[in-house]
Amino acid sequence: MSDVAISVAADDAAEAGARIRDFVLLLKPRVMSLVVFSGFAGLMVAPGDLHPVLAAVAILCIAVGSGAAGAINMWYDRDIDAVMARTCARPIPAGRVDPNEAVSFGIVLAIGSVTLMGLAVNWLAAGLLAAAIAYYVLVYTIWLKRRTPQNIVIGGAAGAFPPLIGWAAVTGSVGLAPIALFLLIFMWTPPHFWALALYRAGDYAKAGIPMLPVVAGAGATKLQMLVYTVLLLPLGLAPWVLGITGAFYGLTAAVLGALFIVAAVRVLYDSGERAARQMFAFSILYLFLLFTVLILDRAPGLLGGTLT
Amino acid sequence: MSAPAGDLRQRRQRARNWALLTVLLGLVALIYVIAIVRMGGG
Repeated sequence: MSDVAISVAADDAAEAGARIRDFVLLLKPRVMSLVVFSGFAGLMVAPGDLHPVLAAVAILCIAVGSGAAGAINMWYDRDIDAVMARTCARPIPAGRVDPNEAVSFGIVLAIGSVTLMGLAVNWLAAGLLAAAIAYYVLVYTIWLKRRTPQNIVIGGAAGAFPPLIGWAAVTGSVGLAPIALFLLIFMWTPPHFWALALYRAGDYAKAGIPMLPVVAGAGATKLQMLVYTVLLLPLGLAPWVLGITGAFYGLTAAVLGALFIVAAVRVLYDSGERAARQMFAFSILYLFLLFTVLILDRAPGLLGGTLT
Repeated sequence: MSAPAGDLRQRRQRARNWALLTVLLGLVALIYVIAIVRMGGG
């Protein structure tokens, strides 16, 4: 092979790699990891058996469905993403992906993930996945995000669907326990996002997004964050109260819930950004730890059998 | 259209074709495995 041919092949590979990376970024991989994890928790907590291959397919469909919603969101929000420092380097505002390609990609993945979930697992799980995607795109992105400071409160329900989907994939039904997990994420979302919005308020104001710190000010936001973290504490304990987990989970939920309240109190009395940044980081850790213990608690021979 | 621009377009098209082929083959394999599992009563 000549030097020129090798050079062209290397350029091709680099080009393909960059393109693939941009399309992966459209799927919002960091959001996807939390979605997949909570979906997996729903799958693990649910009573009954699902073949490991079908369980993997269900998780794949949740991941792809979440990514599809992210891609459509990036297509719709490309104008405000270009204005904000946090989002201006995303593939569409940076000019690396054509908006039409991005929205087509999102729609194809959304239809593909819902169809595959229905055919491989069951149609209730597929319906819930479709509802989650539609809720995120239509209710949160298109309807609420630019209109009301309650955007994240109502729109946050979209991110609360995964445990319901995981549970429905195994059982073919929806019960009280997955609804408790849904409410847990629903109540966790506002303090999580408002912590971020507190130190990104300037960015949101520039883009004209009515996030609570922009519209009501930092003081009112911090107070509401505290209210939500207080309400979150009993919801965190709900899986233990409902008897789907053991005492170790209950203890962990109580400690993490109390720490989340402490973080909110620190934000309330902090005039700078430091406490808000720490609370944002802790909120992610909170959900990961809580769902990790939830999964471990249900794993045969682990915590559930010894500490209930 | 200039030659480098045409070349770039052709390279992008080729990269997209390979990506599409990979995805389609992956999907075929996945559906095959799902079919086997479901026929086995999984």
